[in-house]
Amino acid sequence: MVRAAVSLCGIELDNPVIPASGTFGYGYTFAELYDIDCLGTFSFKGTTREQRLGNAQPRIAEAPGGMLNAVGLQNPGVDAVIAEELPRLKQVFHKPVMANVSGFSIEEYVEVCRKLDACEQVGWLEVNISCPNVHGGGLAFGTDPKAAASVTRAVKAAVKKPVIVKLSPNVTSIADIARACEDAGADAVSLINTVLGMRIDLRAKRPLLANKTGGMSGPAIFPLAVRMVWQVYEAVRIPIIGMGGVTRAEDVLELMLAGATAVEVGAANLVNPYACRDIVLDLPQAMQNYNIQNLKDIIGGAHHG
Amino acid sequence: MNEVRFTLTENARLAPNVYRLRLAGDASAITAPGQFLEITIPGFFLRRPLSVCDWEDRSVTILYRAVGDGTRALAEMKPGKTIDALCGLGNGFDVTACREKTLVIGGGIGVPPMYSLAKRLLAAGKTPAAILGFNTASEIFYKEEFEALGIETILATADGSAGIKGFVTDALPEAFDTFCACGPLPMLRALCSRTEKPGFLSLEARMGCGFGACMGCTIETAHGPKRVCKEGPVFRKEELIW
Repeated sequence: MVRAAVSLCGIELDNPVIPASGTFGYGYTFAELYDIDCLGTFSFKGTTREQRLGNAQPRIAEAPGGMLNAVGLQNPGVDAVIAEELPRLKQVFHKPVMANVSGFSIEEYVEVCRKLDACEQVGWLEVNISCPNVHGGGLAFGTDPKAAASVTRAVKAAVKKPVIVKLSPNVTSIADIARACEDAGADAVSLINTVLGMRIDLRAKRPLLANKTGGMSGPAIFPLAVRMVWQVYEAVRIPIIGMGGVTRAEDVLELMLAGATAVEVGAANLVNPYACRDIVLDLPQAMQNYNIQNLKDIIGGAHHG
Repeated sequence: MNEVRFTLTENARLAPNVYRLRLAGDASAITAPGQFLEITIPGFFLRRPLSVCDWEDRSVTILYRAVGDGTRALAEMKPGKTIDALCGLGNGFDVTACREKTLVIGGGIGVPPMYSLAKRLLAAGKTPAAILGFNTASEIFYKEEFEALGIETILATADGSAGIKGFVTDALPEAFDTFCACGPLPMLRALCSRTEKPGFLSLEARMGCGFGACMGCTIETAHGPKRVCKEGPVFRKEELIW
């Protein structure tokens, strides 16, 4: 009998599989399809202080081995999330949920995090400093170590729950950003957010996305994720949540060997709504195939020996 | 919604770049005309949303336009192949909300969903009429199929090479009491400004997932943001902001 449980910032997960923010809504749509209690947890849709309608259409484009999105943080705003989304989620999900937070100023991050910190259902705060699809916020905090540290420090001072800082791959050294977040008190880091990309419509001869650029996700970015998780594992001692192009149980093992304590799954949910359930179901067999008895034992395993 | 492995039984060219795809398999998730499937095309990451033209218990007919890399690859697929799809997506046309004399109006590749809508309206004892709009005579498809239903079928072409010369708005009859339409946005907008009658419109959007998860296809409506894939693709005309 293999053991898939891991511990993330002091909270036990039955398994390390976590649907990534922006691909799982607030959970209940997927709960119509399968029992989402089978997941380790999930990271809900990026939430801001005010309601956001997001970017103009089109927001989605196909890419070789993946997709681009430029949704632009559409969400109903933190107060509506707490009043409407979380109570609906409570009916169908009975584990701590990961609250994903975005902002356009340090004050906004702090205010939204403080409100969600007070919610019993929330287990962790995942602070997104890496959204590539909004202007004047998000990514601006995630590409500079000092700014990343400022957000981390301010949020940490305002909340009690573990703070996970979600990092951008669109930087020269993700390890430097991760180290700055660790020094500022982050309890964990999650990476990678989407990779900045673009498609051009050959007929219109214009960028395909209304936002012009978008975030690339899907299997094509998986090796980037493995490399960056590896680099960050060498740079910090806090846990890492690995993500980027994960589609199957073997990918979970690979990211954990690179240094991830848990793994988020994003774009795969959009083409196979059962992707995360399938990964959870396949994980024990994949572990047996590679002689892994206890998943905790392989975290960062590729760095040793 | 359910996930179905269909067998491709027909993939025939009907007009330039327009194909009829017939799939055999469980179609029980389809409950209303205007719903769509998200089908997997080998070699492409995202599924492609394609509207249902008609369905039976164990088969689905889809008419699609090969317009991009994905649909062009689909056009190459031969009978006998399996096709994975998410079936029965979106909110379709509500036949019970359509009054006695309902106009079903399709423009170009917006024609297909109007076919099963006309059939269901007939089955509900109503007397629909159809307006089919195309650019030119060589692009016409499914006119005979609509006529075979025994309903009044009005044809319009922009260049006048067949039927009435002009757009579907130039072919509106005097007497009708509801309209349902699918086609290019300018056509839908023109219809809404030309008539005060109750209307239901089916929208198209670039989608990520097709089942409400990614927010990729959200539009702003009079009642707040709505997902074309989940709350739509069919909207009441009052909901839309032009």
